[in-house]
Amino acid sequence: MKALGLKGKTMEDMTRRDALAFAAGLVAITVLPLPVLAAEETAMDEINKFVGGGEAAESGRVTLETPEIAENGNTVPLTVMVDSPMTADDYVKRVLIVADANPRPGVATFHFSPKSGVAEASTRMRLARTQNVIAVAELSDGSFHMAKSMVKVTIGGCGG
Amino acid sequence: MAKSKPRVKAPKKADKGEVIAIKTLISHKMESGQRKDKKGDLIPRQIINRFTAKFNGESVFEVDIEPAISANPYLQFNMRVEEAGEFEFIWEDDDGSVYTKKQKLDVT
Repeated sequence: MKALGLKGKTMEDMTRRDALAFAAGLVAITVLPLPVLAAEETAMDEINKFVGGGEAAESGRVTLETPEIAENGNTVPLTVMVDSPMTADDYVKRVLIVADANPRPGVATFHFSPKSGVAEASTRMRLARTQNVIAVAELSDGSFHMAKSMVKVTIGGCGG
Repeated sequence: MAKSKPRVKAPKKADKGEVIAIKTLISHKMESGQRKDKKGDLIPRQIINRFTAKFNGESVFEVDIEPAISANPYLQFNMRVEEAGEFEFIWEDDDGSVYTKKQKLDVT
């Protein structure tokens, strides 16, 4: 009986059937991630719109707290913190939150002011499935900083 | 739907210079516009799309809210206390309704 996989076989004794199966496998590998990439692109679009030609650095100034595993995607807690003195001439203006595999990537935009005291906000969000949550902060000096956090979702939060 | 009820948890008294935490919640279904009813028709979106927190008329914290925010939207943020005065919290609904809540703050 022929083995189904390619295990223990060299390219020479690969049969026609094996070769076809192998090729089909390659096609599946290349085709499958495409919908995910498409969703990430829209999240990227949102981020690009937000930074408007600027560049967001993963500088460590933004901290994004999310659970590692969310059992219920309908209500996933999120806290974002940005390291800033929050004075009149050095503060965090806005923080964009996006989820890269939601049907629509936008989650919220927080607008801070020097009166905020500290640049920190918490809320609860819906996540359709396992994905990255990204926070991008715009500082009063015009620089952008970002942080990314992966959340594993057991039950998606988009309803029927 | 039932009328949305806003709730706020913020200190009534604080020291000058202190940074206080403010927690808000409003009862709202936050219909995302992604769900379908039993007949397969899309249920139209209806969410709270904006939240504003003001103190003595000046903006402290604002949020643009998307449908990805959970039902009964919860928001926690901070304010550095400089003077006594009054908070005003405003929630704006897609249907044009505006819900507000006011709360006083004393400085000790």
